[in-house]
Amino acid sequence: MRGYTWIFLLLLAFSSACRGANDARSPSGETLTIFAAASLSEAFTEIAAEFEASYPGSEVAINFAGSQQLAQQISHGATADIFASADSQQIENVIGIGRVNGGSEQPFTHNQLAVVLPGDNPGGIFEFNDLAKPGVKLILADASVPVGHYSQEMLERASTQTDFGDQFKEDVLANVVSYEENVRAVLTKVVLGEADAGIVYLSDFNGAQEEDVQMVAIPDEINITAGYYIAPLNDSHNLERGMEFLKLVLSPKGQDILTRHGFNLRGQHE
Amino acid sequence: MNNQEMRGSPPTPTPQTRLSGLWRVLSLPMLIFLSIPILALFLRISPPSLLENLRQPDVLQAIGLSLGTTLISTAIIILAGTPLAYSQARGQFRFSRMIDTLIDLPLVLPPAVAGVALLIAFGRRGLFGGVLSDLGINIAFTPLAVIIVQVFVAAPFYIKSATLGFSNIDQELEQSAALDGASSPQIFRFLTIPLSWSALLGGGMMSWARALGEFGATIIFAGNFPGRTQTMPLAIYIGFELDLDIALTLSVILILLSFLALFIARNVLNRDWMSG
Repeated sequence: MRGYTWIFLLLLAFSSACRGANDARSPSGETLTIFAAASLSEAFTEIAAEFEASYPGSEVAINFAGSQQLAQQISHGATADIFASADSQQIENVIGIGRVNGGSEQPFTHNQLAVVLPGDNPGGIFEFNDLAKPGVKLILADASVPVGHYSQEMLERASTQTDFGDQFKEDVLANVVSYEENVRAVLTKVVLGEADAGIVYLSDFNGAQEEDVQMVAIPDEINITAGYYIAPLNDSHNLERGMEFLKLVLSPKGQDILTRHGFNLRGQHE
Repeated sequence: MNNQEMRGSPPTPTPQTRLSGLWRVLSLPMLIFLSIPILALFLRISPPSLLENLRQPDVLQAIGLSLGTTLISTAIIILAGTPLAYSQARGQFRFSRMIDTLIDLPLVLPPAVAGVALLIAFGRRGLFGGVLSDLGINIAFTPLAVIIVQVFVAAPFYIKSATLGFSNIDQELEQSAALDGASSPQIFRFLTIPLSWSALLGGGMMSWARALGEFGATIIFAGNFPGRTQTMPLAIYIGFELDLDIALTLSVILILLSFLALFIARNVLNRDWMSG
């Protein structure tokens, strides 16, 4: 009896393994692998569903992480068809190592920075200036993450403005308790109330429950417009499909999804 | 851990040892596989650049923080873990099997689960967050958070080893010492600890090595701040994307330290330490 059970389990495992292998090979069921910035999580999941619906049998697998991490994975040989980065730097990095052709990258959306607070505002932050108040617990993304270096750049800009004073950046950075590895980690820890404030993308608010967070706007004159870039990998086995996906992202439909998730706000999309 | 004693006596030639040649050959693939990544790390970075990177403040900070926090957490594990190990070894009370399972749990939990659990327990909005902040204690994003994580994930190694060490002591020895008038602390100090010395130190070393390598729960519960919560594994993870050399340097140091800890745990202490 026991022996039969084992044989049955083995057969089951074998057959499912075969099925998996067939799926990967069958032309109608090609899997498109997208590497996308963490901030794109909701928007790209929706675009992927849209893509799968318009190409029956196709499958889109998305790896969401900090853009710098994705670029690092790509330069160490990870297989992907499309790379969507939250800045141009990481695209340039993968162009530099030769896995994306220079000039094939396209800007596809943009984003702005905003300050996120826990719903009950434990730090008593009512305007952007309050981030420099002593004792505020602030979380930023690490400078290696696009949103992290945008945050530093924005604080740098603020320090050159008379409204804030040249001590501003220093005072704000003195309040930082953690440099997280991607923008979603910043958001999650603020939602959990572990910190008084965090700097994230404007689009991140669409992912969070309204009662969980509050937003404090960053003045226009110092805010950063983060340009997002998308490019196919030049060694993709799925180039045609990949370009279809890229086209969908750039199409009014794709752009509409991005706008609904808080991207494309203000400024003109080039 | 049970074969510790067996290894002490020199092997006598049996049919088993004659087979060992074949076994050795068969064991090569796994051995090579396990060594290659370690070897690759060492080959990738030259000693001069290793020494040069060592002088970077971020690297030094991470090493200092790692050593400081792991020493404290290992001390806490030994102090608080010894009574638990002893009562697990001696008392077969109703819940001891359940407690045993509980002690094992952090060993198999994904570090991310440990991190989230600690956040929910000791975070600002956690179960004890209110009480702690009323007392003026702030844990999240401080070295204290790093230590708490390390104690949580590394304690089982010491507790299990110590429990085993205590169990291996003949209870009649303790009983006869008690009959001779030795007090319970005296028995523990002069009989139990010396007899289980190697298991205690070996377990402590294992815990230390595990604490040193802790990453996943730390980045969730303690966050990442250079000099405050950025231990060596975190600096490797963050540094990997900015400067591979720093990541390599720290990796090499971490491997050397872990190897040292495991080597002490496995070999030096397994020789008959007390009789020698």
